[in-house]
Amino acid sequence: MAAKTLKIDGRQVSAAEDTTVLDAAAEAGIRIPTLCHLEGVYDAGACRLCLVEVAGTAKLLPACTTLVAEGMEVVTQSDRLRRYRRMTLELLLAERNHVCAVCVANGHCELQSLASEHGIDHVRYDYRFPRWGVDATHPRFGLDHNRCILCTRCVRVCWHIEGAGTKNVAGRGAKSFIIDDLNQPWGDSESCTSCGKCVLACPTGALFDRGSTVGEMERDRTKLEFIVNAREKKQWIVSE
Amino acid sequence: MEGTMQGDDLAAIAEKHQGSRRKYCLRTCMSAGCMSSRADAIKKGLDAEVKAQGLEGEVEVRRVGCMGFCGLGPLVGLDGMKEREILFEHVTPEDAPAIIRAVQAKDHGLQVADPDHPFFSKQMRVVRANGGIIDPERIEDYVAANGYRALYHVLTDIRPAEVVEEITRSGLRGRGGAGFPTGLKWGTVAKSPGARKFVVCNGDEGDPGAYMDRSILESDPHLVLEGMAIAAYAVGADQGFLYVRAEYPLAISRLQTAIRQAKQLGLLGGGIFETPFTFNVDIRIGAGAFVCGEETALMASVEGRRGTPRPRPPFPAERGLWGCPTLINNVETFANIVPIINRGAAWYAGIGTERSKGTKVFALTGKVQNNGLIEVPMGITLRQIVEEMGGGAIGGAKVKAVQTGGPSGGCIPAEYLDTSVDYESLTKLGSIMGSGGMVVMDDSTNMVEIARFYMDFCRDESCGKCIPCRAGTVQMFELLEKILSRKATARDIAMLEELCDLVKHTSLCGLGQTAPNPVLSTLRFFRNEYTELLQPEPAGECAASGQ
Ligand SMILES: Cc1cc2nc3c(=O)[nH]c(=O)nc-3n(C[C@H](O)[C@H](O)[C@H](O)COP(=O)(O)O)c2cc1C
Ligand code: SF4
Ligand code: SF4
Ligand code: SF4
Ligand code: FES
Repeated sequence: MAAKTLKIDGRQVSAAEDTTVLDAAAEAGIRIPTLCHLEGVYDAGACRLCLVEVAGTAKLLPACTTLVAEGMEVVTQSDRLRRYRRMTLELLLAERNHVCAVCVANGHCELQSLASEHGIDHVRYDYRFPRWGVDATHPRFGLDHNRCILCTRCVRVCWHIEGAGTKNVAGRGAKSFIIDDLNQPWGDSESCTSCGKCVLACPTGALFDRGSTVGEMERDRTKLEFIVNAREKKQWIVSE
Repeated sequence: MEGTMQGDDLAAIAEKHQGSRRKYCLRTCMSAGCMSSRADAIKKGLDAEVKAQGLEGEVEVRRVGCMGFCGLGPLVGLDGMKEREILFEHVTPEDAPAIIRAVQAKDHGLQVADPDHPFFSKQMRVVRANGGIIDPERIEDYVAANGYRALYHVLTDIRPAEVVEEITRSGLRGRGGAGFPTGLKWGTVAKSPGARKFVVCNGDEGDPGAYMDRSILESDPHLVLEGMAIAAYAVGADQGFLYVRAEYPLAISRLQTAIRQAKQLGLLGGGIFETPFTFNVDIRIGAGAFVCGEETALMASVEGRRGTPRPRPPFPAERGLWGCPTLINNVETFANIVPIINRGAAWYAGIGTERSKGTKVFALTGKVQNNGLIEVPMGITLRQIVEEMGGGAIGGAKVKAVQTGGPSGGCIPAEYLDTSVDYESLTKLGSIMGSGGMVVMDDSTNMVEIARFYMDFCRDESCGKCIPCRAGTVQMFELLEKILSRKATARDIAMLEELCDLVKHTSLCGLGQTAPNPVLSTLRFFRNEYTELLQPEPAGECAASGQ
């Protein structure tokens, strides 16, 4: 496979032809913020946090779905990108009910850590305070819609890795929500294998192990990576 | 007959059909607009009256598609009179006897439209040439109007690459909104490697108030099918999909009829005109989500998945339906193909401006005297459309602005009415050509309310996949509400502008990327209407949010 050379934040980087900008950057030790990206499942390009500037293109491009090209010049950090990322995070925080102090994921939440990384100490937008419920019908797991950011990571692992196809999105716009099967209680789902992969995939406290209390919901994603590597790269040993 | 169709057969059908013509023809508009005002009862009444008077040998009562002047509907046209056609307006089923009296050149006392009115005389009918003239449910009518000749010519005389060249030379650009050069798109699909390719016609038409595509599909379905077949030949596809929204049942049923008839005559299916070319078309019915008009969402929907957009590239031309190269064009774009092939690229390129060729169909609505569907050459000015054809604002009011492009477009103030209608000029003014919605606003219109209306639409129609559009439209709507309820300060306007910038530049698809346009354009031209509603900044707070 032909290698491509490109510049990311001024650094010369080389990457195999089908590599995404996100992976090429990661390889060079450049971290681009992401929320909907999850190692091992196809990308949705939905959260828009990974947008980068590419010389010669007026549009900002998502690093997670953009492939490297010869001579490409990528900028991953700029005032404009930082401003957009912060606003996007603020919009998420105002959209549903993210009360970190009482959340099972407090301290282990990707939204929370990105927000603090971006210096968000208050949200300028009106909190919407929507009334979403909690699905506690599954014997082992729970889904709190109030903390869901609609990244669809759970949907994609459930289809792509577990192959169960239990999770999906219903509704549209701000009224979108995660459903199980044909929008029935999770506990009644016939397709769910109770594998727990969706819970591992969730970046926030929306999906949790039942019985977890505040701050306990730490996820071991190496479990997911193990399965993906085993399936796709035929590697049976966890790297690192 | 199936599969054995030849050029001569087309001529024979046309001739036979001409032979069955009557001296007089009463064309009754049976499009969705007039149908809702009992057009079917009018046709029944006319049929009965013709029979009662024993005039069957002389008078044909024909079902036709939209004649355009919908504001005067229901419309009935009378051909075959000594002088010129008569167009009866606001017809009711009870008018049938009077109309028959008119046929007999007797006093009828009905309201008639003036064919010299600029609403008609300034039009240029290219894609709507058959609209209101032929019976959309009879393929013979279409063939008699020179139909399927272009397909015959293309299949038997020219190579696919030459068809692409012809379309490129014509200068045709996509009529679905963005104005992408059609020939360039066809060339890309033609060159993309793939064992199978598809052609898709986008008939989702979701802009509020727009009905150009519906009218074309209802009035002249074969024109679109023939255009799709020519496209399929040019790019190397054998299967087409016509995506039509479920709200258009009449268009769907006429398309079904048209496809069935074309198959019967061997104009769709295998070995068309005894060539190796095979082309089939299936109809796919959209559930009415605006976002399903976006091409990647539309394809997901055709494949049977949830209709949400995905990032491009890859573009459909390279990886479309089921991963195969796919050509996707708008209804009106396909409707331009047959005229271009029949009359030549040079003729077509002679219409319009330097970079915008041909004609555009608009749905002229709002606070304008004459509303309806118009087809005008590119380069006509907004003033000619609004003042001359439209007759200006209703009731002596003043025109304040013209909105084009629906929720993705903007409001052009009256000072700019002399702007030429072409892709570049409208974009320069912060609006877009769009798919053809044109709403006239008079001086009683509150522009902030207009901005809120469109933002409400986008907020509702956002698919919810990406954060800036899903959550940003909600916050922008709230800010507009706050401004309208006189609770906002200058800071809120700054927040609104900052959100416009975010949503425009970071959203995944065109819906979010253009959703701020109505706000931006009203802020640009009618900023005072916003600032008049503001409260002073509360004392003690820093004006710049600083964040
Ligand atoms: C939100 C959204 C809605 C759209 N709706 C339509 C539509 O109803 N009809 C249409 O032809 N194109 C629509 N488009 C544009 C299509 O994505 C696509 O560009 C078009 O069908 C291409 O055809 P054209 O090149 O002939 O214009 C829409 C785009 C967006 C972003
Ligand atoms: S537990 Fe496994 S099967 Fe069940 S919803 Fe989650 S990912 Fe799907
Ligand atoms: S439940 Fe979690 S993983 Fe699923 S969409 Fe919501 S935030 Fe993402
Ligand atoms: S811009 Fe809006 S409609 Fe388009 S993908 Fe994002 S949320 Fe969906
Ligand atoms: S990580 Fe790329 S868009 Fe979310």
